[in-house]
Amino acid sequence: MDNAYDGLTEDSEEKHWAFGTGFSTALAGVDRAVPSGVDHDVLAVYCLMLGDDALIYSQRLAEWCSRAPELEEDVALANIALDLLGQARLLLTRAAEVEGADRDEDALAYLRDEHEFRNVRLAEIDCGPGPGGDFATTIARLLVMSTHRLALLQRLTGSLDPVLAAIAAKGVKEVAYHRDHAAQWVLRLAGGTEYSRERMVAGLERVWPFTDELFATHAVEAAVAEAGVGVDPATLRAEFDEVLDTVLRAADLDRPDVRQVAALAGRAGRDGVHTEALGFLLAEMQYVARSMPGAVW
Amino acid sequence: MDLEREFERVVAADHRIEPRDWMPDGYRKTLIRQIAQHAHSEIIGMQPEGNWISRAPSLRRKAILLAKVQDEAGHGLYLYAATETLGADRAELTEKLVEGRQKYSSIFNYPTLTFADVGVIGWLVDGAAICNQVPLCRTSYGPYARAMIRVCKEESFHQRQGYELLLTMMSGTQQQRDMVQEAVDRWWWPSLMMFGPPDAESSNTEQSMLWRIKRHTNDELRQRYVDMSVPQADKLGVTFPDPELAWNADRGHYDFGEPDWTEFWQVVKGEGPCNAQRVEHRRKAHEDGAWVREAATAYAAKREKAA
Ligand SMILES: [Fe+2]
Ligand SMILES: [Fe+2]
Repeated sequence: MDNAYDGLTEDSEEKHWAFGTGFSTALAGVDRAVPSGVDHDVLAVYCLMLGDDALIYSQRLAEWCSRAPELEEDVALANIALDLLGQARLLLTRAAEVEGADRDEDALAYLRDEHEFRNVRLAEIDCGPGPGGDFATTIARLLVMSTHRLALLQRLTGSLDPVLAAIAAKGVKEVAYHRDHAAQWVLRLAGGTEYSRERMVAGLERVWPFTDELFATHAVEAAVAEAGVGVDPATLRAEFDEVLDTVLRAADLDRPDVRQVAALAGRAGRDGVHTEALGFLLAEMQYVARSMPGAVW
Repeated sequence: MDLEREFERVVAADHRIEPRDWMPDGYRKTLIRQIAQHAHSEIIGMQPEGNWISRAPSLRRKAILLAKVQDEAGHGLYLYAATETLGADRAELTEKLVEGRQKYSSIFNYPTLTFADVGVIGWLVDGAAICNQVPLCRTSYGPYARAMIRVCKEESFHQRQGYELLLTMMSGTQQQRDMVQEAVDRWWWPSLMMFGPPDAESSNTEQSMLWRIKRHTNDELRQRYVDMSVPQADKLGVTFPDPELAWNADRGHYDFGEPDWTEFWQVVKGEGPCNAQRVEHRRKAHEDGAWVREAATAYAAKREKAA
């Protein structure tokens, strides 16, 4: 330790020093062959859907870094963003592998345009710290997203695709914590001060219009569910409602009474039809990677 | 008098002073100031690199960077906790920071202009921080020394990650190599200034050395940093922007030029490129979060009453 530079360039055993970033070992030993009878293109798009949810939502959550109300919360939100980024990397890598078009996680994250992203719109909208929300809105979205994702990942642990099953098993532990974190904050904000309660109510109203979309079954989701590798989101609604009702009841809050944001001619996030927010998010996320073709990072 | 003699004996024997032990007022005040400034530096230090999280050009680099900036928040937390063992209050220290009444490391008042800055900060800035901090793992105040052991371990990860990014970039395109060199040119002199003014102008050194809060002088540490950095720059294939930099066989050290101390004092006094921006960012986060902290406190109080 006395020499700060010891081991700086040794390529010894130290391959794991990037905390939470080396994922080659996360799924070690898992059979990566696509189960027979499963359509590769359909499975690849399904992996993109779940991967894009995680990637785009993680990008939003990371905006809180250095802006949270408390240092402890800064650490917690960064942790959640990192978990989701880790899930996104595994899922995009699986999508690329199954697709077989010589792309990798970075080509998928950085070189696709808006209409090629398959995330639900709730993942991409600004819920704070930008002008589209605040901490309460952020917590409202975390509650909704994590409740949906936990129910989904729990079911996905039984996927016939061993890779998706393994990714889900890892993700369940992470997202269970995310949901718990969100629920605790809903209780605190709803039961704290008069002002925080107002903010919590407003936050739920901001995100609620995007909830129906989470449970609308896309053709790809129907197909993967049929093949036993994926989950039909419509089947998650009852569990979602039950969890939300439990949390809201404990916080003495009502379900928001607001209209849903409709799809555009029947098409929404899963079809690559998004809100105006996604273009700006991607412009920022992708510009360095796109402006230096041939660069290695 | 006995208490004071006992304190001096413990310090001189290189043993640790613990929170319940008697200590001179000056020692306590100096420590609170030093550790608070260190904690503030960790927290303000989240901003320059945090600036690139949303734009990191690969998902792996994004994860590394987010994890690093998160670590810095953790360092701030351990260090504020160490000040609390001395009777300080984190909320008060934060007020002092956002009102500009307490300082943080001037290095964070420089802007990060390209993604190469992320690598150069890891290599040079975390590197200089390690040179400054490794000796503090043996500092006389126990909680501070223990916090520093943990912090130093993580800083050395950061440094390696930064250096590895630069090695990768240097193996890429010419545009990337130019980007790395340009970032090194901007950060080299400010990194030398991280060790503080020359010993002749440094006011607190002598007493702090006696108390074993500090263990080496600014100039000693700066020399050590230069000696370690030059071979690393060679290996990387970059140069430092100092025509006087040369190996001196007689001294067994590198000779190097004088940093621009006028610039140093300018930045310390608040006229650096980002001083106002950094403090304003922290102040805004703190003020925007006030209602959330109030809610958490009110909720906890209600729960306690109900129990
Ligand atoms: Fe740090
Ligand atoms: Fe660091």
